Amino acid sequence: MQKMPKKYYVFFTLPTLLAFVIAFFIPFLAGIYLSFTEFRTVTDASWVGFNNYILAFTDDQNFINALIFTIKFAIVSVVLINVFAFFLAYLLTRSIPGTNIFRTIFFMPNLIGGIILGYIWQLLINGILINFGVDITFDASYGFWGLVVLMNWQMVGYMMIIYIAGIQSISNELIEAAKIDGANAWQILKSIIVPMVMPAVTICTFLTVANSFKLFDQNLALTAGAPDRASAMLALDIFTTFYGRIGSEGVGQAKAVMFFMIVAAIVLIQLRLTRSREVES
Amino acid sequence: MKNREVIRERILFILLLILALLYLFPMLLVLMNSFKGRFYISDTPFALPTAETFAGIKNYFSGIEKTGFLPAFGYSLFITVFSVGTIVLFTSMTAWCITRVKSKFSSFLYYLLVFSMIVPFQMVMFTMSKMANICHLDNPVGIIVLYLGFGAGLSVFIFSGFIKGIPHEIEEAAVIDGCGPIQTFFLVVLPILKPICITVAILNTMWIWNDYLLPYLVIGNNYKTIPIAVQYLQGGYGSRDMGAMMAMLVLAILPIIIFYLSLQKYIIKGVVAGAVKG
Repeated sequence: MQKMPKKYYVFFTLPTLLAFVIAFFIPFLAGIYLSFTEFRTVTDASWVGFNNYILAFTDDQNFINALIFTIKFAIVSVVLINVFAFFLAYLLTRSIPGTNIFRTIFFMPNLIGGIILGYIWQLLINGILINFGVDITFDASYGFWGLVVLMNWQMVGYMMIIYIAGIQSISNELIEAAKIDGANAWQILKSIIVPMVMPAVTICTFLTVANSFKLFDQNLALTAGAPDRASAMLALDIFTTFYGRIGSEGVGQAKAVMFFMIVAAIVLIQLRLTRSREVES
Repeated sequence: MKNREVIRERILFILLLILALLYLFPMLLVLMNSFKGRFYISDTPFALPTAETFAGIKNYFSGIEKTGFLPAFGYSLFITVFSVGTIVLFTSMTAWCITRVKSKFSSFLYYLLVFSMIVPFQMVMFTMSKMANICHLDNPVGIIVLYLGFGAGLSVFIFSGFIKGIPHEIEEAAVIDGCGPIQTFFLVVLPILKPICITVAILNTMWIWNDYLLPYLVIGNNYKTIPIAVQYLQGGYGSRDMGAMMAMLVLAILPIIIFYLSLQKYIIKGVVAGAVKG
């Protein structure tokens, strides 16, 4: 099928292409254009150059705060999620009865939508905090740790599955040989299992970084940015800028473009790292 | 030696059991509270229902009534099923075509689609919802087009990766036997793609069923999907009906749990495949 008559080519690609142009391509280009304009309804856009980008940082501290909050959140979640996930994967690849049921349970929260997860945890966290006379909106750090716990609950099972696949791909002979040489469980873990699952570590690290940066639903449901936008992450800050106040759509779009560039940079670094690792092995 | 190993295994098992119960605890907590009166939830969520606080299934009735849960369930189901079906059909066609027909346009299209995968939704949310208005896609049928367009990147990427591994000879044999491109695809290629179709379908189902922002912006005013209905209950602070909220959370989780437990093997496999490739 190296060559295909044009009409067939159109038949196979047109539906996807059309939808893609409407849903993504035009909105994407229009989004970049609008970030350099002031607008309310798209048709009334007037060119303002980089003004929106400057306003995003100077108008108020929200964007900077959201950026710092997001970076801190990403670092803490990535470390915790990966440590817990690896720990669980390590336990569940040993001969323990019922590993399949455990895997099923740990993976389950991953399928529940962010809005619903947010309200589940709001109930639990506020139920604890009420004993101290406060709730999750009292201080941004409560929202921060609430989100960290929620994100762990959601993502650990997912990452665990990837680590399990990594650990199971290590050949048994390697571990048997080490045992014959007198290595104990800790030495096997440190010198064989951990180095052998490094590709899985790369995948999981970037999946968690990307998901942490793009977190929106959970943030909206758990704290909605309270108190006073202090617990808003980047995605929520962009949303609030867009729809919270009339007249700041241009600034919102400029923030969105910067948000896109941050996420794209993370993905490109990931691709670089996974590629170079593939060459090594 | 043998004995010590058995003891260690027991300890690990008990540790995992405790962890698993901790993991299930938030969901069980919501389930328990959904049977309590609305004023007994926020202050004492950990208290078991008593004769005084037990409300039976009253919360479920008030929740369903307040949020319009039944239509929301219908919209969610309709949008998810048809969007996923559309995505699987059209992106597999596109992926096969641009993988097999080597041309500048094919690779341009491929890289453009892959590029769209890394663009976060907030980048296009405003312009996309305007575009949906202009093209009259702001209804449960039109939104399928948006999901096809926005989901095409990942799906084409996964399909293409798989198609590259299928030997050409099978398709060439079909052509020699007199199949045109359409017959070749639907009679020969598509059956081979079945396992990867399941993967793509599961990944998209999880995304679309749980998606909040896209339907909220595009159709949220007139048609509420389940996540929108739940968020709608939030209302102003203090005024919200916690009983209805708990009941709705249970009803929102239930279909996913059933879906998960019945297709568990495929879901875990699909998610891993999607993660490793994406």
